[in-house]
Amino acid sequence: MTAPLSLNHLEAAGFKSLTTLTPDEFYTSAPERLTAGGRAVSYFGLPEEGGTRLILILAFDYERRLEALSTVLNDSFRSLTPDFPQLHLFEREIAEQCDLKAEGHPWLKPVRYQLKSGLPVPPGITEFFKVRGRETHEVAVGPVHAGVIEPGHFRFQCHGELVFHLEIALGYQHRGIESRLIGGPGKLTSHYMETLAGDTTIGHASAYCRAVEALCCARVPPRAEVLRAIMLELERMANHTGDLGALAGDVAYLPTASFCGRLRGDILNMSALICGNRFGRNMVIPGGTAFDLSPALIKELKLRLDAAFRDVRDAADLLWSTSSVMARFEGTGIVSKGTAMALGLVGPAARASGVRHDVRHNFPVGIYNSKAVLSEGAPESGDVYARAYTRWLEIKRSYELVSGLLYSLPAGPIFAVPGPMKAESFVVSLEEGWRGEICHTAVTDNAGKFRHYKIKDPSFNNWQGLAMALRDGQISDFPLCNKSFNLSYCGHDL
Amino acid sequence: MLKEIISRLKQGHRTIDFPSAGIKLSPRFMGLPEIKCDACGGNCAKCADICPTGAIEITAGKPVLDMGRCVFCGKCAALCPGVFKFGADYKLAASKRGDLLLTGEVVKRAETLDASMKKIFGRSLRLRVVSAGGCGACEADCNVLQTLVFDLGRFGVQFVASPRHADGILVTGTVTQNMKLALRKTYDAVPAPKIVVAAGACAISGGIYAGHPETAGIPEDIPVNLYIPGCPPHPLTILDGLLRLLGRIE
Repeated sequence: MTAPLSLNHLEAAGFKSLTTLTPDEFYTSAPERLTAGGRAVSYFGLPEEGGTRLILILAFDYERRLEALSTVLNDSFRSLTPDFPQLHLFEREIAEQCDLKAEGHPWLKPVRYQLKSGLPVPPGITEFFKVRGRETHEVAVGPVHAGVIEPGHFRFQCHGELVFHLEIALGYQHRGIESRLIGGPGKLTSHYMETLAGDTTIGHASAYCRAVEALCCARVPPRAEVLRAIMLELERMANHTGDLGALAGDVAYLPTASFCGRLRGDILNMSALICGNRFGRNMVIPGGTAFDLSPALIKELKLRLDAAFRDVRDAADLLWSTSSVMARFEGTGIVSKGTAMALGLVGPAARASGVRHDVRHNFPVGIYNSKAVLSEGAPESGDVYARAYTRWLEIKRSYELVSGLLYSLPAGPIFAVPGPMKAESFVVSLEEGWRGEICHTAVTDNAGKFRHYKIKDPSFNNWQGLAMALRDGQISDFPLCNKSFNLSYCGHDL
Repeated sequence: MLKEIISRLKQGHRTIDFPSAGIKLSPRFMGLPEIKCDACGGNCAKCADICPTGAIEITAGKPVLDMGRCVFCGKCAALCPGVFKFGADYKLAASKRGDLLLTGEVVKRAETLDASMKKIFGRSLRLRVVSAGGCGACEADCNVLQTLVFDLGRFGVQFVASPRHADGILVTGTVTQNMKLALRKTYDAVPAPKIVVAAGACAISGGIYAGHPETAGIPEDIPVNLYIPGCPPHPLTILDGLLRLLGRIE
């Protein structure tokens, strides 16, 4: 039998080197590779003459390599979800995007859009999993929520306060980005990338730029590598800090909520100091970065960074030393390591359940080749506390990284013209955004333009984790659990 | 309790004065576009070509920049620094869509609501935010107004949970097909008289998603009282716009 294609992270491979397995070989090989430890980082279909080509990209984290499996088929494909739940949403997405039947999929629901007689039907209008019984009831929330947050629909099956099951219907933010990337890069491409998830501008822009650079065989100047890392870690610090505050707010502990609300802004303002925009827009570009740091700016940033970190530490310490906070954090919204692995959770949510994956550790690029990122002694209890404390440890590590990097900027340019992209090639680009693993897969056509561009935001993996965290919990704990994940709606909906 | 008090002392007083001349933004901040029409030859139209969102048009030989479409990427300024410059001014909001079209250095800022509306909302405004298809950045910059730095509540403005408690809606995002119904229902649920604020390039013009069949935009029969440009607008831009609408800044 033909073996799957082994490839390296950010290695532009010829598209023809992707062996086409027969569907039967694919259905034998994929489960075998998944059982051998492969973790799906992307699974998608692209239209081809004579059918749809399915491409499954697996990561073997401990071996620091990837594998790609591919087959071409028509009309339908066999669902592997019953044995490998981590594929559940990927398969739903393939069914929706490629108009294929996913045979044997246990819960084949829309992911982002559905049409009835050619007209769009809002995502929440669908059949939900229902628990029946005289004493059960259903709670529907969204798409417009109580807070200033993105739209999504949540359907709880409850018995009193107890949640039996939560089903999440998304797609409200679907604005059709992926299909617009085909034929690019164009004028809007980098703007689409920066707004896949507005709070992960640097994460997604970096994944995109690295994909392009790999396809161009371009080398990013060392100074730009460091600048990118500074921006990525500032993004992580800002978001984690904001979330610690939000978690405090959800258990009515106002000191930390207030302090962190301000501190998140202070860190965003540091990004703005570097590139003019609080979210890091226009900073990361194919070939390097658009803005540089002067010695005076470095000094200013270091002062602000130290001041912000000192106050974040103070605000976070209040959480761990306040029993009323800890009573609400500990034991709430538990996701076991087994569940996290089965569902393929990523990022701090997975690490808080003991799944110690991190793209910066397993597939390091740039400065991460020589920096440790995983914290020792991190909690693995999978509850709100573990997710909150993991965030704090990551803030600390990001602070140390940025502190060091600010004073170790290598001299030299910040940009090198990347040149044209290779034709008929493909590349897998992974990046550890603050929510977890971002995966961009780019395929080029015979003119060296994007034939296909597949995006996977970490939220795509993790929404089901939130649903599982609620099982057998209290419905009143939903906001708290939700904030401990703080997933992206727009990153999922694209 | 003691440790909270100590922390409170350490963290200090952080609420900013607003409006205030002392507000300092990043020197690299891209605010109000300043266009020197006289410096433009008017023939090359390269600026219109390079703009990712089609925000620049050449009318009568002079560039016109639509702030409602602009994502403040600065590509035009990099191309033609003699004509385009993004200044430090964060006060961008306008009352009419047409006022966002910049043809020179004349800027029409947002106007106060009419007398009867000002009487009702001038000292107390409750808004329901409808996030309707964007990247979440506009929402983040609305949220931040509720922190102690901006302390939106001190101006009598508050974001509320229910449209029934609201005096109007603040729309962010391009309004996707999937959010059309929810936006309509939320708008209808707000008791009249009501106001509508469109915050961010997506809500105003569709932004970078303009023309996607997956998006619909704010329906024409929902009248907009305040346009706040930006991608996303700076929190100060939003705050300034809201306070001008209420006649708190003139």
